[in-house]
Amino acid sequence: MIPGPFSYHRPESVGDAIKLLASLGEEARPLAGGHSLIPMMKLRLATPGHLVDLHGVAALKGIRRDSDRIVIGAMTTQHELLASDEIRTSLPILQEAAALIADPQVRYRGTIGGNVANGDPGNDMPALMLTLGAAYRLEGPNGAREVMASDFYQGAYFTALEPGEILTTVTIPVPAAGHGYAYEKLKRKVGDYATAAAAVVLTMAGGKVTSCAIGLTNLHETPLLAADAAKAVIGSSLDDASLKQAAAAAQAIMSPAADARGPVEYRKHVGGIMVTRALQRAASRTK
Amino acid sequence: MNDLTPTREQRTAALEGMGCKRKRVEDIRFTQGKGNYVDDVKLPGMLHGDFVRSPHAHARVKSINTDEALKVPGVLAVITAETLKTVNLAWMPTLAGDVQMVLADGKVLFQNQEVAFVVATDRYAADDGVSKVVVEYEALPVLVDPFKSMAPDAPVLREDLAGKTTGAHGPRKHHNHIFEWTVGDKDLTDAAFKKADVTIKELISYHRTHPSPLETCQCVCSFDKIKGELTIWGTFQAPHVIRTVVSLIAKLPEQKIHVISPDIGGGFGNKVGAYPGYICAAVASIVTGKPVKWVEDRIENLTATSFARDYHMTAEIAATKDGKVTGLRVHVLADHGAFDACADPSKWPAGFFNIVTGSYDFPVAHLAVDGVYTNKAPGGVAYRCSFRVTEAAYCIERAMDILAQKLGMDPAELRLKNFVRREQFPYHSALGWEYDSGDYETAMRKMMESTDYANLRKEQAEKRAAFKRGETREIMGLGVSFFTEIVGAGPSKNCDILGIAMFDSCEIRMHPTGAGIARMGTKSQGQGHETTWAQIIASEIGIPADNIMVEEGNTDTAPYGLGTYGSRSTPVAGAAIAMAARKIKAKAQMIAAYKLEVHEDDLEWDIDGFRVKGLPEKVMTMKDICWAAYNSVPPGMEPGLEAVSYYDPPNMTYPFGAYLCVMDIDVDTGVYKVRRFYALDDCGTRINPMIIEGQVHGGLTEAFAIAMGQEIRYDEGGNVLTGSFMDFFMPTAVETPHWETDFTVTPSPHHPIGAKGVGESPNVGGVPAFSNAVNDAFSFLGATHIQMPHDYWRNWQAAKSLGVFAA
Amino acid sequence: MAKTHVTMKVNGAEVEGLVEPRTLLVHFIRENLQLTGTHIGCETTHCGACTVDIDGMSVKSCTMFAVQANGSEITTIEGIANADGTLAYLQEGFRQMHGLQCGFCTPGMIVRAHRLLKENPSPTEDEIRHGISGNICRCTGYQNIVKAIQYAASKINGVEFKEAAE
Repeated sequence: MIPGPFSYHRPESVGDAIKLLASLGEEARPLAGGHSLIPMMKLRLATPGHLVDLHGVAALKGIRRDSDRIVIGAMTTQHELLASDEIRTSLPILQEAAALIADPQVRYRGTIGGNVANGDPGNDMPALMLTLGAAYRLEGPNGAREVMASDFYQGAYFTALEPGEILTTVTIPVPAAGHGYAYEKLKRKVGDYATAAAAVVLTMAGGKVTSCAIGLTNLHETPLLAADAAKAVIGSSLDDASLKQAAAAAQAIMSPAADARGPVEYRKHVGGIMVTRALQRAASRTK
Repeated sequence: MNDLTPTREQRTAALEGMGCKRKRVEDIRFTQGKGNYVDDVKLPGMLHGDFVRSPHAHARVKSINTDEALKVPGVLAVITAETLKTVNLAWMPTLAGDVQMVLADGKVLFQNQEVAFVVATDRYAADDGVSKVVVEYEALPVLVDPFKSMAPDAPVLREDLAGKTTGAHGPRKHHNHIFEWTVGDKDLTDAAFKKADVTIKELISYHRTHPSPLETCQCVCSFDKIKGELTIWGTFQAPHVIRTVVSLIAKLPEQKIHVISPDIGGGFGNKVGAYPGYICAAVASIVTGKPVKWVEDRIENLTATSFARDYHMTAEIAATKDGKVTGLRVHVLADHGAFDACADPSKWPAGFFNIVTGSYDFPVAHLAVDGVYTNKAPGGVAYRCSFRVTEAAYCIERAMDILAQKLGMDPAELRLKNFVRREQFPYHSALGWEYDSGDYETAMRKMMESTDYANLRKEQAEKRAAFKRGETREIMGLGVSFFTEIVGAGPSKNCDILGIAMFDSCEIRMHPTGAGIARMGTKSQGQGHETTWAQIIASEIGIPADNIMVEEGNTDTAPYGLGTYGSRSTPVAGAAIAMAARKIKAKAQMIAAYKLEVHEDDLEWDIDGFRVKGLPEKVMTMKDICWAAYNSVPPGMEPGLEAVSYYDPPNMTYPFGAYLCVMDIDVDTGVYKVRRFYALDDCGTRINPMIIEGQVHGGLTEAFAIAMGQEIRYDEGGNVLTGSFMDFFMPTAVETPHWETDFTVTPSPHHPIGAKGVGESPNVGGVPAFSNAVNDAFSFLGATHIQMPHDYWRNWQAAKSLGVFAA
Repeated sequence: MAKTHVTMKVNGAEVEGLVEPRTLLVHFIRENLQLTGTHIGCETTHCGACTVDIDGMSVKSCTMFAVQANGSEITTIEGIANADGTLAYLQEGFRQMHGLQCGFCTPGMIVRAHRLLKENPSPTEDEIRHGISGNICRCTGYQNIVKAIQYAASKINGVEFKEAAE
């Protein structure tokens, strides 16, 4: 349970962090909350020669509103998301999801940046980011660029991050007032990754769905935006038939791994149920 | 008498003796982080040892290259089987009459088996050293399915047993066969089945799991070269046995071995036997002349130390058409992994599995157990099992529910119809046990009344109808479990560990000021002996429990005992404590008679001292007697006031209980909710109700985990799939249900204080309750037996196979 | 590997040490500072036995490097008792309610509960169970741990503690 040796760096600015990562090359990894990386290092599944700790970079913290968008620093912890009045009022689905991530201690250290950037199919935030239409600011030796969350995930542990780049902010358009939301997560126990999870953000008018986005967690090697499933409910009153259609459309794009959480067929089956329940719960929350 | 004179109630209460919820002595240090656990032991110059382990489940070891490892700063040595062979310690005897490799000797037989031991100046260097040892393996075919272990072409695992057609327990049928154990009357049983109105037969598997105490196994071995003495601090539930074993295998004189079990962070049977880590640390200390610490990590603990269960039980019951059982036949295929390292008393290769007749009056029964080797970790007897009683109780309790289903009878009614009746005790079971006492019907009816069982069944019927009408997707199950435990190993005539009889002991020494110290041969790992043992003494000799210091675990000072596991401490050591206390009381009576100038027979005991019969104001308190023992004993009597008792129990004890689990399951997701869990335990005389309740809560939580998902699972290649807390189900406070406890009291007639022991009952009775609840939920859809564990996905799979999702 | 000098405040006292960057905070606490109340139960960040309170947060000290705690303020179980040496209500509560058996999870549990009650001085039972869901116990089944925390909460709030009927 002992990590291999490494050199430790603690820059104080994004620029210095990037310079360090560039100069140290492949052997260097950024260290955010550490609750994905350090356990892997303790099992010697990851053996970086250098760690660049981002905790000293004040610019990576903070939650602020910028007209109709929320801008969140990558080093914002799950705990800080849960404590934020801004998030509670503008992006309540983020709080619902954060509360379902890991356990209280992990949430004090785990960051939104780490959760969205490391490409782990089990992480919860990525599907939310797809559902919310979030954008990531990536900064590296060649400058800064914005990448939509929907363009970011390429495979398990494989993202659009170029070598030497770090994710510095997450920008999320504020959903319409009175929107309905739900993050429905089936897991074996507190602290586990999702057996299947679905995020829904929707709006309704006159009892009919006017807009809808559905994201899926841990049902594929990347998070999924279930566009066809969302389309299936728009214009409906979320009657049984449209719910069934949405679930089926979502299942059609799922390809979960078989693991201790269950066989593929089971995970797809409950994946569909998560979509149904998330839609129903989101609808009940619309104002 | 005046207002200041304490009443009898006050004097009794002041003792904090038996029956009261005395707050624990241990808590003072534990809540302040001042426990002394093995990893807290720090000695000057102490080194650390860590293992290189095999990634393969079955392979030849072609070479072990330690060159790079020895170059790592801080690494001092790498011990291999070759090193150990020079001191004849490459293999060690197991408690079950087998032998086990300490380090891989030519081949490895299970994934994560110990291959080499790196010794370094600190644990970081040791870990670095481990990562640099290069081992060349040649993979061999892997055997993980016990049902295939005795196929003619099954791979040969134990080359060291080649040609040995007899094992420690009799003839071996096959190169992967370990033993066959049979009990009961085969002919009479077969006859009963032939003429039975109704029979059931089912394969009931109890999957492999692991006790996983929060503190892993560890030790510090310190060999003093000058004195030739070895001191070992270790996580040992049976420190004296460890000392004797080390003496025999290391050929060191036993008086020069000091074994100390300090505070232990949970045992649950994981810390009974000897592990390669202990042997390697001892050898490393002897070789280097420095103390060596070995602390395993969690993955090592789960994958290489004593697993639990892995019993595949084919149960058959014969019955009349109105539900009277007439015969029981059970065959068990026991998967022991690569070595039979079961921590059973030596004459019992399948532990006390022959308790499988349970709480029911079977006139005839027959049992056959076949033990086999596979490429899995060794062990088998652990995890609050009372020596395979968990397996037996699960087998019979599932089988009775299956019989009830076939007969169309309520499971509780079937049990009531077949219970051993109060008048039949002491009861001789068809498989050879003499149950000491029991009142099953009272306990069962109390459970049924307290849980409003009849109405629960009504509710279930309504819910089933609603389900069939499509109005609900939830099914409801009632899991009945009525178990009879067998604990308190045990009488010397049939219970020994490596030849040492399973008595236990207590030594009490009173001091002049009315205080005392008591030491026992048991070793608490959380059961609260420092608190409860003093309560027994307090009640027996009238000295407040707070004035009695209790010590366990230091083999130099504690009288020889067989340790704490199998719920044996209260039945055996508890008896020894009472007997030692009574010897003290007998001497005290003589001193009091002398001081009061009366004859002994003129005295009667009253709470905390003796008084003269008919002259209640003429008293001598035990406190004063203690003082007198040191200055004015009767002529011819030795001064002092102490006693020791070694107690050889005349019989085992038989706690029992009635549990009910109410469970609701969502068929679409397989998600279950334990709506209610009621546990009634009868452990005879109750020493500390608070501690009993704690034991029941803890055991039920383990049972819940086991039944609902906690397993050690291997794939076909012998890779462990659930080797860390990521996938080995350890429930948190959120998943763990709420427990309701209740009790009846049926004392053990042969025990000095009537106490039976309770620690393991909740695991024994709990698993059947949970599993029966799941099975009961699905039974109306046509299921006869759904195997444990009952994870969400398996519940869903059961629903699917029953056609619930058919369009 | 060259060692780094770290300083921090632990249980109110300034401490320092020389550590490798890879030295886990839990090892620094247990071995360098000789505060062995904080325990290790796993290596995959699940069990919570190593929980300490650092800069106002409950953290699993096995998943942090000592160098990361440079300049921080840490409370371990050894620092939970009151300044005058009397036991904190949590420590009292664990004893009164039989919230421990082997004691191994207890320091992490108490240190976590300490922060939980600061986050939420009057938690419901459900909030307590979720609040300690990062701490595994094998002995107690959690029920009496919940009671122990409820006891402490009552005392801290100056309210009478009513033990729930079984």
